[in-house]
Amino acid sequence: MTTKDRYDVVIIGAGPGGLAAAIAARQNGAEDVLVIERDKELGGILQQCIHNGFGLETFQQDLPGPSYAQRFIDQALDHGVEFLLDTMVLDISSQRRIFATGKHSGIVDLTARSVVLSMGCRERTRAQIRIPGMRPAGVYTAGTAQRWVNVEGFMPGSRYVILGSGDIGMIMARRLTLEGAHVERVLEVMPYLTGLTRNYVQCLMDFDIPLQLSHTVKRIIGHKRVEAVETVRVDERWNPIPGSEEIIPCDTMLLSVGLIPENELSRQAGVLIDPLTGGPFVDDSFQTNIPGIFAAGNVVHVYDLVDWVSEAGRLAGISAARFAAQVRRKENRLVPLLAGENVRYVVPHRMDRETLAETPVRLQLRVRQPIESPVWVEVRNRTNLIARKGELYARPGEIITLEIPTTAYDEVQKADELTLAVVKR
Amino acid sequence: MKAYDVIVIGGGIVGCMTARFLSRYRLNILLIDKAADIGTGASAANSAIVHAGYDPEPGTLKAKMNVLGNAMWDTLSGELGFEYDRRGDYVVAIGPEELDTLDKLLEQGRRNGVPGMHVILADEMRSREPNINPLVSGALWAPTGGICDPFMATVAAAENAVANGVTVLLETEFQDFIFDGARIVGVRTNVGDFGCRWAVNAAGLYADQVMHKAGVRPEFKITPRRGEYAVLDRAELEVNNVLFPVPSERGKGILVTATLHGNAMVGPNSQIVDDAEDSAVTNDGMAEIWEGAQKLIPSLTPRLAIAVFAGLRAHGNAPCLTPGVSHNHDFIIETPREAPGLVNIGGIESPGLTSAPAIALHVIEMLREAGEKLEEKPDWNPIRPPRPHFRKLPREEQMKLIKADPRFGRVICRCEMVTEGEIIAEIHAPIPARNYDAIKRRTWLGTGRCLGSFDMPRVVEILAEELGIAPEEVTKKGPGSEFLTRKTKAWEA
Repeated sequence: MTTKDRYDVVIIGAGPGGLAAAIAARQNGAEDVLVIERDKELGGILQQCIHNGFGLETFQQDLPGPSYAQRFIDQALDHGVEFLLDTMVLDISSQRRIFATGKHSGIVDLTARSVVLSMGCRERTRAQIRIPGMRPAGVYTAGTAQRWVNVEGFMPGSRYVILGSGDIGMIMARRLTLEGAHVERVLEVMPYLTGLTRNYVQCLMDFDIPLQLSHTVKRIIGHKRVEAVETVRVDERWNPIPGSEEIIPCDTMLLSVGLIPENELSRQAGVLIDPLTGGPFVDDSFQTNIPGIFAAGNVVHVYDLVDWVSEAGRLAGISAARFAAQVRRKENRLVPLLAGENVRYVVPHRMDRETLAETPVRLQLRVRQPIESPVWVEVRNRTNLIARKGELYARPGEIITLEIPTTAYDEVQKADELTLAVVKR
Repeated sequence: MKAYDVIVIGGGIVGCMTARFLSRYRLNILLIDKAADIGTGASAANSAIVHAGYDPEPGTLKAKMNVLGNAMWDTLSGELGFEYDRRGDYVVAIGPEELDTLDKLLEQGRRNGVPGMHVILADEMRSREPNINPLVSGALWAPTGGICDPFMATVAAAENAVANGVTVLLETEFQDFIFDGARIVGVRTNVGDFGCRWAVNAAGLYADQVMHKAGVRPEFKITPRRGEYAVLDRAELEVNNVLFPVPSERGKGILVTATLHGNAMVGPNSQIVDDAEDSAVTNDGMAEIWEGAQKLIPSLTPRLAIAVFAGLRAHGNAPCLTPGVSHNHDFIIETPREAPGLVNIGGIESPGLTSAPAIALHVIEMLREAGEKLEEKPDWNPIRPPRPHFRKLPREEQMKLIKADPRFGRVICRCEMVTEGEIIAEIHAPIPARNYDAIKRRTWLGTGRCLGSFDMPRVVEILAEELGIAPEEVTKKGPGSEFLTRKTKAWEA
């Protein structure tokens, strides 16, 4: 459960971007920071990346994903960041009202002075639907397989063909081999590697896993479970070259064909998306086109190293804290105007204390009950009288106007609220 | 040997509707299906359209069942609690040369008894479907056409049957009939023999094999015709109508249709295949359906596709029995004299979904004619209450649901917004959804942009927990389609 219904900074997603943003926001003056995470644990996809290669820039150390995440989790907890786990944000408005639900958190409905979007990215699956053939069990994205193997402890198959030379695919090729599975080959439709060279060397070459460039899957074979895939060589325009087909028996096909920023929520909030990156248009403070909504990490564009995601999160967190402070200052300048004795309502409902530095503030009100004798119309800060005006009578059908003069400036600065009353003279 | 009054062979829409309508009477009924769920054949892969009935040739059983069946869907969806929308359909003529066909179809529809049809002008069509091909020359409007959720229509019929006493056995494959002389007195299956007084052949793509076992219509043959479809991304393009091209010799043609799940859909083509399980999608097939779809809506492109699938039509070769009508692919709904005890249904291709409830009533009529007393049960309940779909509820209803059961607060499929509460409800429903695809058909989980890569491990976990089985035993669509092969080495430590 959340402790408040209004936060300085709310961060969507507790991956590396979100965690860094949360820490930076607290370090830069945000009083309350809440991170909402849909998974049951903090750290995002880092928790299933048990291989090393993380933190070389940030910590000058070669860490596995969970260790890299833990450093940020510890810092965030030290800084008093609040977390909501196993909770899915269903909707964010452009006014930064957030609606989320979770099995344990129930219904969450709160407002943020600023928001950092850090939902990360998801695996591309479009390639999957372009592959003709049957729809048996055994076709997974590399990330889904990674979750099964590294987090849940299950092997999704024993003989694999991996389509796509993205980093997760190559890392999974090694991981599955270490688990005793057989990776027949990695296929890449492009004539070049799409992941990092270091992963090619450490994950494929070192384990004698063949990489076939300019190759793709032509057909998936198998009714219930994958039984084989038919591969084919392609020309430079991705057209299959007849006669180059090969049937490779396997029980699993993994897809590692790229990542795309995940921005369904951003769109709901009215955030404009760059069709090229798939992520929001941002300025140098990582603010989107919607004031007070920031975005950081793979939700903006897909990074090659997690260190840069953390750095982007840090910058967005600083910006979000500053924005929240401005909103808070503005909120603090507003004094509520309350309907007191025999007053039904007052308009405006709130006034900016600073207005009186320049001009008087005109209030309009209606009474509850008629008084057919002379009355005082009064504004008070608790018992202190701030402004008063006489009327011969007060009737619900007639609006009464009252001005707070500029001379009341000092008294209004001290007030938490102002109360209107209409009383018999 | 356990004995029943009626055994229905096949749990597609026809079998399930037949069981549901028969459950009204004092009969002991068994429904069997070889798959791990009901409705996994043609009922799970079709256009989801409740056809108006202008398409079948007048005088055929197809035409009669279509129009009778169509009229039943409003009541049916109300009683059984599945989604159905009688939003009408269009046959769209492109270019002046196709206009004549509209008049022919209009006349054919009138002869079949389709109410309310008329031809609308090109401008009217453009205003009703702004994305339509600008070369549109007119359209036939059939207000009684509709779209339905065919998965839940089948499930709901079966669930209502079960609620009224019908027994459903899955993974139970028909092998042969048991005879007493010529009379059928039972059914032999992979799990044992069952006695019966009536056996209903509702085996869909396998109806020919089943009737041949009874020695009926040896010349009848089902030629599976594969139809490929593409489902479009909901966010990318809105199509709110059901649009057919003018039909050709090869059938109703490639259509563009709205679905009740919110995604537009294009297809199907029509290819003859040998194997009744060959629902593979092909490159050529995809090219064909996009070309067909673009004829109606030129802005449609394969880029919009979010999923592709193929279904198989049970295309038969039964001649129409009405004198003077030459049509060789009619429905078969009969109680053949040579095999007493058999209710024989075959060749139920499109409009089979639409016709299913009328076929069920026809079966009841035939049983009555054959001397069955068919006493009504006083406690027969035609109502099957729907289960909530979180995504489709207004915010206040969602909040109520979460308050009543927090599992509705846990979203498992983020693209389609399907919650743990919904999944668990399906796993424990009267016809339990015991595998991933069964849950997918009922909740639309895993059909969004990520194609299930987010929800899959979570659903496997839920299925394992709720069914009390190991995660390695959880399947996509029954035995042999397990997701996982074994535990990792970490478990040994």
